[in-house]
Amino acid sequence: MARAVTNRRKTINTIAAWTIGLLIFFPILWIIVLSFKSEGDAIKTPLQVLGSAWTLESYFVVQERSDYFKHFFNSVTIAVGSTLLGILIAVPAAWSMAFVPSKRTRDILMWMLSTKMLPAVGVLYPIYLLFIRLGLLDTTFGLVIVLMLINLPIIVWMLYTYFREIPGEILEAARMDGANLRAELLYVLTPMAVPGIASTILLNVILAWNEAFWTLNLTAAKAAPLTAFIASYSSPEGLFYAKLSAASVMAIAPILIMGWFSQKQLVRGLTFGAVK
Amino acid sequence: MHIRNALRAATAVTLLIGAAASAETITIATVNNGDMIRMQGYTDDFTAKTGHEVEWVTLEENVLRQRVTTDITTKGGAFDIMTIGMYETPIWGANGWLVPLNDLSAEYDAADILPAMAGGLSHDGTLYAAPFYGESSMIMYRTDLMEKAGLEMPDAPTWTFIREAAAAMTDRDNDINGICLRGKAGWGEGGALITAMSNSFGARWFDMDWNAQFDTQPWKDTLEFFVGMMNESGPAGYATNGFNENLSLFQQGKCGMWIDATVAASFVTNPEDSTVADKVGFALAPDNGLGKRANWLWAWALAIPAGTQKAEAAKAFIEWATSKEYIELVAANEGWANVPPGARISLYENPNYQAVPFAKMTLQSILSADPNNSTVEPSPYVGVQFAAIPEFAGIATDVSQEFSAVYAGQQTVDEALAKAQALTNDAMEAAGYR
Amino acid sequence: MATQHSRSAARLMMAPAVILLLGWMLIPLTMTLYFSFKKYLPLRGGDLGWVGFDNYVRFVSSSSFWPAVATTLIIVGGVLFITLILGVLLALLLDQPMWGQGVVRILVIAPFFVMPTVSGLVWKNMFMDSNNGFLAHLWRAFGAEPVQWLSQASLPSLIMIISWQWLPFATLILLTAIQSLDSEQLEASEMDGANWLNRFGFIILPHLARAITVVVLIQTIFLLSIFAEIFVTTAGAFGTKTLTYLIYQRVLESQNVGLGSAGGVYAIILANIVAIFLMRIVGKNLDA
Repeated sequence: MARAVTNRRKTINTIAAWTIGLLIFFPILWIIVLSFKSEGDAIKTPLQVLGSAWTLESYFVVQERSDYFKHFFNSVTIAVGSTLLGILIAVPAAWSMAFVPSKRTRDILMWMLSTKMLPAVGVLYPIYLLFIRLGLLDTTFGLVIVLMLINLPIIVWMLYTYFREIPGEILEAARMDGANLRAELLYVLTPMAVPGIASTILLNVILAWNEAFWTLNLTAAKAAPLTAFIASYSSPEGLFYAKLSAASVMAIAPILIMGWFSQKQLVRGLTFGAVK
Repeated sequence: MHIRNALRAATAVTLLIGAAASAETITIATVNNGDMIRMQGYTDDFTAKTGHEVEWVTLEENVLRQRVTTDITTKGGAFDIMTIGMYETPIWGANGWLVPLNDLSAEYDAADILPAMAGGLSHDGTLYAAPFYGESSMIMYRTDLMEKAGLEMPDAPTWTFIREAAAAMTDRDNDINGICLRGKAGWGEGGALITAMSNSFGARWFDMDWNAQFDTQPWKDTLEFFVGMMNESGPAGYATNGFNENLSLFQQGKCGMWIDATVAASFVTNPEDSTVADKVGFALAPDNGLGKRANWLWAWALAIPAGTQKAEAAKAFIEWATSKEYIELVAANEGWANVPPGARISLYENPNYQAVPFAKMTLQSILSADPNNSTVEPSPYVGVQFAAIPEFAGIATDVSQEFSAVYAGQQTVDEALAKAQALTNDAMEAAGYR
Repeated sequence: MATQHSRSAARLMMAPAVILLLGWMLIPLTMTLYFSFKKYLPLRGGDLGWVGFDNYVRFVSSSSFWPAVATTLIIVGGVLFITLILGVLLALLLDQPMWGQGVVRILVIAPFFVMPTVSGLVWKNMFMDSNNGFLAHLWRAFGAEPVQWLSQASLPSLIMIISWQWLPFATLILLTAIQSLDSEQLEASEMDGANWLNRFGFIILPHLARAITVVVLIQTIFLLSIFAEIFVTTAGAFGTKTLTYLIYQRVLESQNVGLGSAGGVYAIILANIVAIFLMRIVGKNLDA
C-alpha cells in the first residue's frame, strides 16, 4: 500500500532535491561551460562568462596537442582489463567464502581489506624496480595487474556479500539433482549472481579509471591513460582555465556517461552486504 | 652499363635500408611550458630532416620532476630525452647518469651557448644538457603607473627604491597592487624568489661547513623586508601566488611591478593576452648595495639518460631543438618575440632580436647572475636560487612552506626561521654532511 | 552441508586470490622493511649500508611527524562526519516521492565519477582561486573580500573538496539501505502517533547501522592514503601534510628512500590501529 502523498509535499521535496542536486553538480556544470569559452573569457566574472561567445577552440587545441584517443583507449584497457581479471580471480574465492565458510573466513576478508592500507608512495621504488626487471614499465599489461591487485579486496568483498544472499537451499536442491561443482557454478549460481557481479564491475571500473598514482608513475608514452593526459594541462605558464576544463571534460565524460546509464544498477547494487 | 645500373640500384637499396634501420622512435619527457608546447608543434620538421619519430610525454612541472627522477635513479629507461633544469643536471652528470654532450657537431656550434648557461649545465667542464631556453629574473613594471606616481625607474634599482615605489603605486580602490611577488610554497616557486632575494641581503643557505644559516641577521632582514613590503603593497593572499597567479594579475593590470622570470616578458607584452602590453618597462632585479642582485639563473635543458639504446637519435633531436635553425624556424612562423630565449649568444647579436623590447634587459640579467659565486659571504654550493646538492629540493620545499605560513599570517618570521634552521640542519645531518 | 570434498575445493578456489594478495602485500612490505633499516639515498649512489633504527627515530623526531598524524586523523574524521550526516539526510530526501527523481540522483552521484586529480585542480583553480575563482567572483559580487581558501582555511577547504567526492558514495549506499526499509513498519509507527524524530531514531537509524558501518570502513581505507587532492591543491603547505604526504616528501622530494620507508612502516601501523579501533566500534555490525 503506497503512502498517500499530497502534491504539496511532493513539490517541496522536488524543489529541495533539485536545489541540492544542482548545487552538488554545479562544479562539473561550470567546467563544461568554461570548456566552451576562450581563455580570456574563462577568467571573467560568472555573468560575463555566460554572456561571452561560445567556442570549440579549447577542444581543438587539446586534441591537436595530445592524442586523446590513445589515452582514452589505454584508460579503457586498463580499467576494463583489471576489473575483468579481478572478477575472474575473485569469483571462486568469494564463492567458497560464501558457501563453505570457515572460522577464518571473516579474518581473511578483513586481512584482504587491510592490504589496501599500504601507502602506495612508500613502495614506489620497490615496485618501480620490480617493473623494470619484469619489463612491465609503460605497458598496459603491467597496469592491469597492479590495478587488479589494488582493487581485488573490494571485488572479493562485494561478491562475497552478494553470494551470501543466495539461499543455500537452492544449491542443495541442485546437488540432489546430481549437479557437479561446475554445473552448480554455471547454471545455478551464475544467473543469480549476475546483478551483483554487474555492480561490482561497475564500481571497479570507476575506481580503476580514476586511479592516478600508479597509472601516472608507471607509464611514459605508450601506456599512459587519461590521468597522464590531465597532468599535461595543469598549471602551465599563462592562462589555462579553458584548456584545463576541456581536458577535464574529456577525461571524465566517458566514465560519467557510463555511470549515468548504469545508475539504476549502481543505486540497487552498491550494498556491500549492508542490506539484509 | 648494366653493371653500373645494377650497382647504383643496389646502393640505393642499401641506403634505403640503412635509413629505415636507423629511423627510430624516441620518447621525450618534457614540461608543459609554452615554448615546449610550441616545439611539439614543429616535430614534423625534425622527422622530415632525420626520419626519426618522436613520442611526447608532456607533464606539469612537479609531476615531471617526480617522474624523471624516479626513472633516472632506478635506470628505468622509460625516456630517451628528459627535460631537466640547472638543478638536476650537475648532480645527475656527476653520478654518470647522463650522456656527455661534448661531441656535438660543428654546425651545431656549441661555443655559441651562453657561458652562464653552459656553466650551469656542466659538471667538471663537460656539458650534460643542452639549454632549450634560459632565464634570469628581472623587474617588469608599468610605465604609466610609474609616471603617475611621479617616479622614474632606474636601470638598476635598490630594494629601498622598490619598496617606496611599490607604496606609491598602490591604489587599493582601483585594485592596483604596487608589487606582486611569489609567495607560493615550493622550492621552484616562492623558494626561488626568496633565496635570490636573500643573496642581495647578504644571506646564504649554508656556511662553508654546511651549517644552516637561518639564524643569521641577513635572513631575518630578508624575510621582514619581504613581508613588510608585501603587506603594504602586495596583493591579498600572495602566500599562494606563484608565477602563474602573478602573471594573470599583471596581465589584468593589477600589479605595478613584478619581479619574476625573464621569459614572462613575452607574455606580458603580448597584446592577445595582456591588457597592459604597451605599458611595460624592464629593469634589473634590485640590490642592497652589497654587490649581489636579487636575480636568479635557470635553464630548461634537454639531456639523454645514460643507457638509452637510442642515444644517436636522441642527440640528433637535441641538435635540432636547441639549434640556431630552430630559432629561425620559430621566428619565421611566429615572430622574434616568441623564440626560445636565453640560450645562445648569436640570438642576442641578431639585429632582429635586438629590436624586441625585453631582449637587452634579459641578456643583462642573465649575465649578472653567477651560480659559482652567488652569495656575499662565501658558500660551499653552486647555484643562485638553489644549492645543487641532492637534498636541496626536499629541504627547500619544507623551508618555503614555513615561509608561506608567515606570508599567510599563521606564524612569525622568528618562528619560521627557527623551524627552517632546525629542519635544514636535521636533513643535512641525515644526509651525512654534518 | 559442506563435505570434505567441497572444503578442499573451496580452499583451492580461494587460493589464487589469497596467494596474489599475499604476494602483493609481502613483497613490497618486505622491501619496505628492508629499506627502512638502510641508508638508501638514490641520488648519492643508492645503498649506503645498514643504519639500524636511525630512520625510525629520525622520522618520528621530525617536527612534521605529529602534526602530520593529527592532520591525517582530522581529514579522515572530518570527511566521515560530513559525508555521513549529509549522506543520511540526502538519502532520506532522495527516497521521497518527487518529480524527476532519476535525474536528481544522477546529479547527486556525478562527483563520484570525477578523478581525484581533476577534482583537486578544478576546485583549486576554477573555484578557490582568490583572483579568478568562481567563489572569489561571488564574494566580490556581494561586496565581500574574497576568502584565501587554500591558505587561510586550508584544512576545511581540503575536507570540503574530499567530502564533495565521497558524498555520492555514502549517499548511494545509504539510499540502497533506506529503500530496503519496510514501508509498512514505518506506516504502522506513523499511525501509532510516532513523530518524525522518533521514527528516525528508532526505526530508520538502527536499520541504517550496517550501511553506515560499510561507509565508514570503505571510506577510511581510501581516505587514509589520500594523496592526489593534496598534491594538486596545497602541496602540503599550510598544515595539510598528512602522513602519506610526508612519506611522499621524504621518498621523492628529499630522495631519502630509507627514511620514507620507515615512514611507510609507521603509516601501516597507524592504519592498523585505526582498523582495530574501527572493528571494535563498528565491526559487530558486519556480522549477522
